[in-house]
Amino acid sequence: MLENQKTGEVIEASTSGYLAQCYELYQSPALGSLVKTRGDNNLEIFGVVCNTSTLGIEPGRRPIARGKDAVSEEEIYRSSPQLYKLLKSEFDVLVIGYSVEGRIYQNLPPKPARIHGFVYQCTMEEVRLFSRCLDFLSLLLNARVEIPVEELVIATLREMAKSYGIERRAFLVGAGKELAVLLSQDYVRLKTILKGLRYDAGE
Amino acid sequence: MQESNLGETVQKLGVVISGSLTRGIEVKLDSSASVEDMAVGRYVIIHGQKRRFFGMLTDVALGVADERINATPSDAADPFLSTVLSGTATYGTIHVLPMLTINVAGDEQGYQPVKTVPSHFSPVTVASQQDIEMVFGGEDEKRFYIGNPLDMETKICLDLAEFVKRSNGIFGKSGTGKTFLTRLLLIGLLQKSAAVNLVFDMHNEYGWEGRSEDKGYKVKALKQLFPEKVAVFTLDEESSRRRRVSTDAVVKLGYDEIQPEDISLLRQTLNLTEAAVQATYRFARHFGGKQWLDAVFRMENDEETRELLEKLDIHEATFSNLRRGLEQVRRLGFLEPSAQQNPVDRILGYLKSGVSVVLEFGRYADLTAYMLVANMLSRRIYNEYREMTEKALGEESAHPRQLVITIEEAHKFLNTEIASQTIFGTIAREMRKYNVTLLIIDQRPSSIDEEVMSQLGTRITCLLDNEKDVDAVLAGVSGKSELRSVLARLEPKQQVLIFGHAVPMPVVVRTREYGSEESLKSLVEGRKEDTSKTVDEVIKDLWG
Repeated sequence: MLENQKTGEVIEASTSGYLAQCYELYQSPALGSLVKTRGDNNLEIFGVVCNTSTLGIEPGRRPIARGKDAVSEEEIYRSSPQLYKLLKSEFDVLVIGYSVEGRIYQNLPPKPARIHGFVYQCTMEEVRLFSRCLDFLSLLLNARVEIPVEELVIATLREMAKSYGIERRAFLVGAGKELAVLLSQDYVRLKTILKGLRYDAGE
Repeated sequence: MQESNLGETVQKLGVVISGSLTRGIEVKLDSSASVEDMAVGRYVIIHGQKRRFFGMLTDVALGVADERINATPSDAADPFLSTVLSGTATYGTIHVLPMLTINVAGDEQGYQPVKTVPSHFSPVTVASQQDIEMVFGGEDEKRFYIGNPLDMETKICLDLAEFVKRSNGIFGKSGTGKTFLTRLLLIGLLQKSAAVNLVFDMHNEYGWEGRSEDKGYKVKALKQLFPEKVAVFTLDEESSRRRRVSTDAVVKLGYDEIQPEDISLLRQTLNLTEAAVQATYRFARHFGGKQWLDAVFRMENDEETRELLEKLDIHEATFSNLRRGLEQVRRLGFLEPSAQQNPVDRILGYLKSGVSVVLEFGRYADLTAYMLVANMLSRRIYNEYREMTEKALGEESAHPRQLVITIEEAHKFLNTEIASQTIFGTIAREMRKYNVTLLIIDQRPSSIDEEVMSQLGTRITCLLDNEKDVDAVLAGVSGKSELRSVLARLEPKQQVLIFGHAVPMPVVVRTREYGSEESLKSLVEGRKEDTSKTVDEVIKDLWG
């Protein structure tokens, strides 16, 4: 990816993360992918997608099954085009860093994201630049998210590895070693994560 | 990678994680350094904040960050997992014994003994060739290249001037190459003219030529390499002639030269009782110091003898025991009732003019002959030397040349029981007072008197497997327990551990190869003095 793709808009925000809504149904970025949005004072806030959901626009009105007589799922949408207006896709983002004046910090930003801020998918180069330093891993490991933390770490590192091309094994080994240090007292957790990365690291 | 102080990149091994001055330093290995590459006995450098520490690797161990890894070891079979885990959750540690420090400010000769420890997480690197050269010095007119450290090409040089100032020992169980090593050292002493040698060559290995143990080929020895600096004396003319050794003199000893002390030394070897030994002193008093042995040999089983025995208060059984023992002495072919020439004077003549003497024993390679002759000759030569030294002190003239006496089977001469009776015990204890020191070769250092061992300036040991022998050799050395593990892991051939005054710190050396034409040429070319022949001529003589 050479230029940033706009992928959503912030609808809730706090220091440790934000909720964004996609413009198109089912078009949310992959779990663990690195996204960025603007904060105050030209701050760029980096985060990873830590949850994705699709639900009804109105909190009270829940979708009901419509496909009893339909032949395929596509037919349901074709015969009820209003569904595209009644459903929305959202994703949660966990903040893992920010950059100001060209310098990247892998800590929580001084001020959170802005509502209605655009959320962009990071380019491969931006991902490589950000992941050169692995301090964000300790933020990830201590995050309070809805999905298991090990899953988030696995997803994040897999997504990051994609930006490295043939060097992805070296990147994953480096990240693995950093994790081994952070999880030196919790071998079981470490093993879970490393096993999840095994195939991406394969040659 | 780390830059050494001379700018060459050396491999970083790891960082210091714990340790103490008394117990040595623990170093955690980086993931890039494989545990299997670490060999005990290698040198490493610890780069502390204010000092660099030169140390020897003395132990290697494995560790894990979380014990639960050991419960499921099969995980390590996965290549990704094992790559990630190595150096982080699983790691190697090495134990380093620091031996020398040098201030980072870098004084020229600033190597000092270790008095403190490096700070936490100080990086540790493999010692480079330059580092080792800086500590051990290069080859020069006093230093003899004796071999290389493990896995390196650097030359380790012994300071021979320091070496000969004190008595020294070469130890190792049989078959480990002590003879080879001794020959090499003697060549070194000759090459650098560090001392004049008197070698009591029990198995005819050092004078003209020896045999290489495993390959069985002949190896040129001292006289062939330094013909004008070495004289070969022999006790067995026939044997020497058969082996085509060019000898300079045949040694014959007379009964009149043997004294009761000499017999007393042989008590165990000749199976004499204590009373028999005492009897010799009484006979000597009665017949006179020079005639007693001849007289005893002549004594018949008659009335005269019985009266004499009664007079001297010697029991008949004692006398038979003595006679039986003395028969073994009488059978020695190099003994005559009275010697024509004085071998001691001849030997001394050579020694004074700087020519080393090797005494071959030919067929008399048994303990009785060896101990008798070595002790007798050494005693007389030592006394001469003592007189010469005292005279030189009085007149303030030049001291006699440093003399090194080489003896094998040293534990027979220097065990606790006998050490006080032999001249070698005296020489060892008096150190260099009279410019005479010993080079003892032995395979049972535990049998050697402790006091004598403590007087040895430099000890060179090959592999020893007896616990007591290892203890004896390492007695009184700092870092003893660590050096034990190094000593126990020497290869059976061609590897030695050297420590003492002649080296700045203990070192494991792969001894220099010696025997091929190339190696012999390099040994001959290193000679110190100019001789009447040029080096080319000498080489031409040797190989035609």
